[in-house]
Amino acid sequence: MHGEIDRRDFLKLAGLGGVVFASGLGHMQPADAAQQDFFFVQLSDTHWGFKGPAANPEADHTLQKAVAAVNSLAKQPEFIVFTGDLTHTTDDDQERRRRMAQFREIVSELKVKTLRFMPGEHDASLDEGKAFQEFFGATHYSFDHKGVHFIAIDNVSDPQGAIGKAQLDWLRADLKQINQTQPIVVLTHRPLFDLQPDWDWATRDGKEAIDILMPYQNVTVFYGHIHQEHHQMTGHIAHHAAKSLIFPLPAPGSQPKRAPIPWDASQPFKGLGFRQIDAKANSTSYSLTEKPIA
Amino acid sequence: MRIGFTTSLALIAAVAAAVAYSTAAPRAATERVVQLTASRFTYAPDKVTLKVGEPVVLELRTSDRKHGFKLPAFDVRADVEPDQVVQVRIVPDKVGTFSFACDQFCGSGHEEMDGTIVVTE
Repeated sequence: MHGEIDRRDFLKLAGLGGVVFASGLGHMQPADAAQQDFFFVQLSDTHWGFKGPAANPEADHTLQKAVAAVNSLAKQPEFIVFTGDLTHTTDDDQERRRRMAQFREIVSELKVKTLRFMPGEHDASLDEGKAFQEFFGATHYSFDHKGVHFIAIDNVSDPQGAIGKAQLDWLRADLKQINQTQPIVVLTHRPLFDLQPDWDWATRDGKEAIDILMPYQNVTVFYGHIHQEHHQMTGHIAHHAAKSLIFPLPAPGSQPKRAPIPWDASQPFKGLGFRQIDAKANSTSYSLTEKPIA
Repeated sequence: MRIGFTTSLALIAAVAAAVAYSTAAPRAATERVVQLTASRFTYAPDKVTLKVGEPVVLELRTSDRKHGFKLPAFDVRADVEPDQVVQVRIVPDKVGTFSFACDQFCGSGHEEMDGTIVVTE
């Protein structure tokens, strides 16, 4: 199966009080015994440094609003992931670092101090991730949290939008330690599947990553890049794109150009937001809740 | 401009069209040639009209840095390197308007770097 799940079908899967998505529809298995309830938050595509009044005249304040919105959650997440394009690209290496320093300072105001960063092409493609690594560390890595194995895949430091053989080999080795039924969450920037290749919404060797992940029965991918909520299955692997925190983009292929959707002064910050992801013990499902920032 | 030759671009038999990449193959005298120049953040021209069934060679150049050329409808992609000319042969077998884009991130404005191939009867 390889198909988009539209909003209506997605909501059919919803449970009361949240949107519940079964990440392993074809292979439901009991989760790892060590898994416990927790939730985390996904922020994506903040593009700090972007200037474009038609798309977002509040660009200098949007990231701060997002930080405030997360801080206002009644219960704070256990950690926060940023799925790329933290900063807007620039040809000037010094300016790139200045934007990354400002971004880091702004997000330091988050109450939650466990932050996981990954790059987008705007952060990393012009210098192959050099500045990003100086500020935020490795561009690909894995970690475990309460029974879930998280894998951050870098598909942007190569300006061709590829993962590359070395990282794919690392992915294979990383997965060797994992039970095939253990919940796995993949974090990345670009879609791993061919969502809209003529808009460059794809990863050149993404299929290889999906093939490597396919034997694992409970895999869910959270990504960014396309500046909108989107849900699609490749086999039993669910892929969920997050909204942006700078400007929304049109639905894949819905118009000739992938130009930003213009700012709506009557509804400021419309189409922007972040995502809360709840993981339940003894379940392969995640509850996704989309949160506005205004 | 020096014409360089690379061997990494392979002959591709696409399902939808006959497509070949080359930087070396001589052109047949009857082949139509369309030249496209990539530069940040445009292709010139950004609209090309072809006829269905008519063999054509797209000659791709860049005037500044490395760019990509991706035309998914005909399963075409190529790297366009400085000081090289990349030839892409296609025989369009379907009518319509098809998008191409740069798929080598080249800076602010990369997302707007695209164009269309219009194939007519």
